[in-house]
Amino acid sequence: MNGGVYVGMPAFPEAAEAAVRDEVLRGNLRHATGTIRARRAAAVAELSDWAALRAAGAAIKERTLRHLDHYLLQVEERVTAAGGVVHWAADAAEANRIVTDLVRETGEREVVKVKSMATQEIGLNEALAEAGITAYETDLAELIVQLGDDRPSHILVPAIHRNRGEIREIFADRMATWGRPAPDGLTDEPAELAEAARLHLREKFLRARVAVSGANFVVAETGTLAVVESEGNGRMCLTLPETLISVVGIEKIVPTWRDLEVFLQLLPRSSTAERMNPYTSLWTGTTEGDGPRAFHLVLLDNGRSDTLADTVGRQALRCIRCSACLNVCPVYERTGGHAYGSVYPGPIGAILTPQLQGMEDELAASLPYASSLCGACYEVCPVAIDIPDVLVHLRERAANGGAVSRRGTPVRIRPARGHAAERAAMRAAAWAFDRPGALRAAQRLGAATRRLHPRRLPGPGRAWTASRDLPTFPEQSFRDWWTRNRDDRQP
Amino acid sequence: MTTDSRDLILARVRRALVDVPAEEGPADVPVPRDYLTTHSPADPVRTLAENLADYRAVVHHADPAGLPALIADRLAERGTRTLVVPPGLPPEWLSAVVGAPGDPGIAVRVDSATDSPSDLDAADSVLTGCALAVAETGTIVLDGGPDQGRRRITLVPDHHVCVIRAPEQVVDSLPQALPRLDPARPGTWISGPSATSDIELNRVEGVHGPRTLEVILVHI
Ligand code: SF4
Repeated sequence: MNGGVYVGMPAFPEAAEAAVRDEVLRGNLRHATGTIRARRAAAVAELSDWAALRAAGAAIKERTLRHLDHYLLQVEERVTAAGGVVHWAADAAEANRIVTDLVRETGEREVVKVKSMATQEIGLNEALAEAGITAYETDLAELIVQLGDDRPSHILVPAIHRNRGEIREIFADRMATWGRPAPDGLTDEPAELAEAARLHLREKFLRARVAVSGANFVVAETGTLAVVESEGNGRMCLTLPETLISVVGIEKIVPTWRDLEVFLQLLPRSSTAERMNPYTSLWTGTTEGDGPRAFHLVLLDNGRSDTLADTVGRQALRCIRCSACLNVCPVYERTGGHAYGSVYPGPIGAILTPQLQGMEDELAASLPYASSLCGACYEVCPVAIDIPDVLVHLRERAANGGAVSRRGTPVRIRPARGHAAERAAMRAAAWAFDRPGALRAAQRLGAATRRLHPRRLPGPGRAWTASRDLPTFPEQSFRDWWTRNRDDRQP
Repeated sequence: MTTDSRDLILARVRRALVDVPAEEGPADVPVPRDYLTTHSPADPVRTLAENLADYRAVVHHADPAGLPALIADRLAERGTRTLVVPPGLPPEWLSAVVGAPGDPGIAVRVDSATDSPSDLDAADSVLTGCALAVAETGTIVLDGGPDQGRRRITLVPDHHVCVIRAPEQVVDSLPQALPRLDPARPGTWISGPSATSDIELNRVEGVHGPRTLEVILVHI
């Protein structure tokens, strides 16, 4: 993996199996995102000043980003003063090397992990495995993904594509390979599944000596890190081991302690639709007699400074990973997270991945087209990222080229030279969107032959699907809902 | 090499921000703070109790004189054999637990830094105070104070009994809470028992933290 795009998608199962599987997938997604949408709306409606909080959240992040160099230095100073050690990683490889070396220095061969998008982005688990170090995911959804040898499909609930029956099967089949087996007679009751995870992971927590985490926020003025979670696995990882290594993107900074009053109102209501998530941990360096004796903060760039250089695209760095935009996205609901082929799926993935990764990558360059521009993502975003605006901006860049920053160096994307596949991908998407008839016909055909569908689109569509498997056509075609969706927008 | 990367990243960031005028400082970027500092719950203690209960904490009320008996009652009800307490717990809270005639024989373990995670895992319950509580969100905040102890003691045992002094420890909102907290202290914010939303996005109680959270509001 590199900068957030999965290299080499896992082979698709047989076409028939895939079709069945996708029916389950769509059902799971529809159910889960439908539930959360309604609950989120209710949680937000409880706060009469939501719009003001949202404006404050956006502005605080804007302040951070416009003066990121200042805040990075402040973080370094405060964390160091509080007993932590700060490391700087320009890219994924360097971050992995730093973490691997830190774990090696402890002499340990295993680490427990709190769910972290940053470590997924850099492929840390794989890097550790190469060094003979086993990383145990401890978030329930991450555990489901790890045991199922699967890939995450949602920022917040990486196993959202799995229903309780599937989770039961994965636990029953796979837990024994990784440690304590699932209890006999495990049913698909969520409480029983949670209990199975509790038992399975407890022995790992109790013996763990090294933990790896991310962070939701880093407070520059105090050097405090915050992790927001539900299950208590975060607390286990942050307090029981002797060494804690936190890998954090440089954009996670907020300037002041007080700023948490904004984000700790915005985040839980936007993500899990709760007034407050069950557990939030805040720590500043190390504390004598309580928690890890060694704390390392790895500040990760990996394409973030390049993203910062784009004055339109920069706002993607405000993201607090609440996942509200995924849950409202009509495209996400139908394709699921895997179709994006990137660590960051959904609308935020469609604007973040191409910027972190660079649009030279064909798959990343095609992501800005994975949207109908309906604007629902912007409406729900708690930090008011204008995702449709950035999507259009990135499409334009992909199609026409332009100046971008790559690893800190200004480069020009020149559509006329060397990006044929990319332009073909754009043309394919433009072609399909410009020719409703053709798209409709193709999709009708696709829907009618779902179990026999080709894995590559014929004609100009081929370039778009060349790098990835074609998502199975929904029974109700993309075109149909897209048309309806557009009609809704036109009075 | 990390030192080089530090300079490299800072240089990249500065180059990326060429559009930001040199004379602009962080404070020049306006942050509108016209959000509410409280949503003005009419009775914050009651709102706290309701919100705690909404997230499946078990809420009790007591006056100071009745607190020790209530604590003893909760532990007896639970069938607690081993109770962990932080070193600075007010001794009177345990007065009905320890030394009472006919006491069921609860072993009280005062936490010490040498206790291993497995020692804690063997305990049934933990009893603590808190730093403050936030009514609007139903949140208890622990900051490692003497009556709260190390972060792990309220995590590993499956049953947490937490005493809140009302109304002095109860604030309305997060904007009222943060100025009262010391960032240098390790903070644990607890809103209901351990839960997960990972199975079909529904909140289910009980994963790794205490699956039962009992809150005692002492009305002073
Ligand atoms: S882009 Fe906005 S809505 Fe989407 S995950 Fe980020 S903060 Fe949440």
